[in-house]
Amino acid sequence: MGYSLDFGWLAGALGAITRGAATTILLIAVTTLAGTFLSILGAAGKRNGPKPLQLAIGIYVEVMRNTPFLVQLFFIFFGLPSLGVRLDPILAAMLAMTLNMAAYTIEIVGAGLDAVPRGQSEAALALGLRPRQVFVKIVLPQALKVIYPALTSQIVIMMLESAVVSQIAVRELTYEADMLQARTFRAFETYFVVTMVYLGLSMGLRRLLVGGGRRVLGAGVS
Amino acid sequence: MIEFTFWDIVRNLLLAARWTVLLSLAAFIGGALVGLAVLFFRIAKNKWVKRIASGYIALFQGTPLLMQLFLMFFGLPMLGLRIEPWTAAALGLTFFASAYLAEIWRSGVDALPRGQWDAGASLGLHYLQELRLIILPQAFAITRAPTVGFLVQLIKSTALTSIIGFEELVRTSNAINNATFEPFKVYGLVALIFFVMCFPLTQYARRLERRAGAR
Repeated sequence: MGYSLDFGWLAGALGAITRGAATTILLIAVTTLAGTFLSILGAAGKRNGPKPLQLAIGIYVEVMRNTPFLVQLFFIFFGLPSLGVRLDPILAAMLAMTLNMAAYTIEIVGAGLDAVPRGQSEAALALGLRPRQVFVKIVLPQALKVIYPALTSQIVIMMLESAVVSQIAVRELTYEADMLQARTFRAFETYFVVTMVYLGLSMGLRRLLVGGGRRVLGAGVS
Repeated sequence: MIEFTFWDIVRNLLLAARWTVLLSLAAFIGGALVGLAVLFFRIAKNKWVKRIASGYIALFQGTPLLMQLFLMFFGLPMLGLRIEPWTAAALGLTFFASAYLAEIWRSGVDALPRGQWDAGASLGLHYLQELRLIILPQAFAITRAPTVGFLVQLIKSTALTSIIGFEELVRTSNAINNATFEPFKVYGLVALIFFVMCFPLTQYARRLERRAGAR
């Protein structure tokens, strides 16, 4: 075989890889916060909202879940400018990721809401709490505790999926890998190193979420 | 400049969708075969064999599919194999699917009561017979919903092979969009075609799930 692996380029590439990883982390952080918030609204709306809203949320969930994220990304990034909305690539990526993740987490949060016994909200109402307080203070924390593991997996999946936003030139980890391999002509080694960085990120993210969840939501979160 | 009518676009997209379907099928069948092998390792009695299978699964579930495809595309030629986008796409998706399917089926094997193994052993079956006649049929039956669910994920994942140059639905739509500058129409149609492929499967998976829940 006339090919030998060469990692000599790595020392000079650490800066680019770190910058890319930082952008990937930023993307997933924004997506997690916005997506979870949106899915709480969506799940509550799908249960208690007016009929047309329930229908609209149902259609939204099905459309997002049955089409590829890459197509959604292109639709938003290339489509919106023809409506006169010009989005920065990174904003388009955040928007697409949030909308995509919300479709999955609406179902997850909804399952959590259904798992909280009715007696909990009835008891809270009987104590004189207003309906909004009942939802935010009584039902939601219990629901989040139930669904936390599923939510964690979804966040990790979304982080891995974020690799494709390199296709609209967001300068995240995969984009930096593309640039590096074009410069070093060491495609396999570059993608190998970056793949390992992703593996580390996904394991670290999972550990962080599980640890953080225990602290915030209390014991019993796995 | 070439003029594209609406029907030209639809026709070209549908022609390209054939490749999406074919790739999905190839990856699902290949993934099922390789996944079965991984499953055997994963439920083996030897601790080290088990650990290797767990590592294989964790590796594919913990890294982006796009990276796996790139590594296939750039890695296989280093082993002296001439590689086309189609080969890289099919192989990459096969390994990706094998890890997920093995893990899904493993959960089915774990869900069976110990007594199933014991009963098989007391009938005088040896390990492979137990697996083939008793354990696997039940494990497959109770994991049918997540298996169909994963097939939907796999169909959607074929979109990524457009990035390594495989001429499927998304790559064709990029080319059409570059000629027509009608992103809403083109990507909307692509989304519709994917939806038509995936939605019935999603519904089927949901029905299986409900039936399993009712039991």
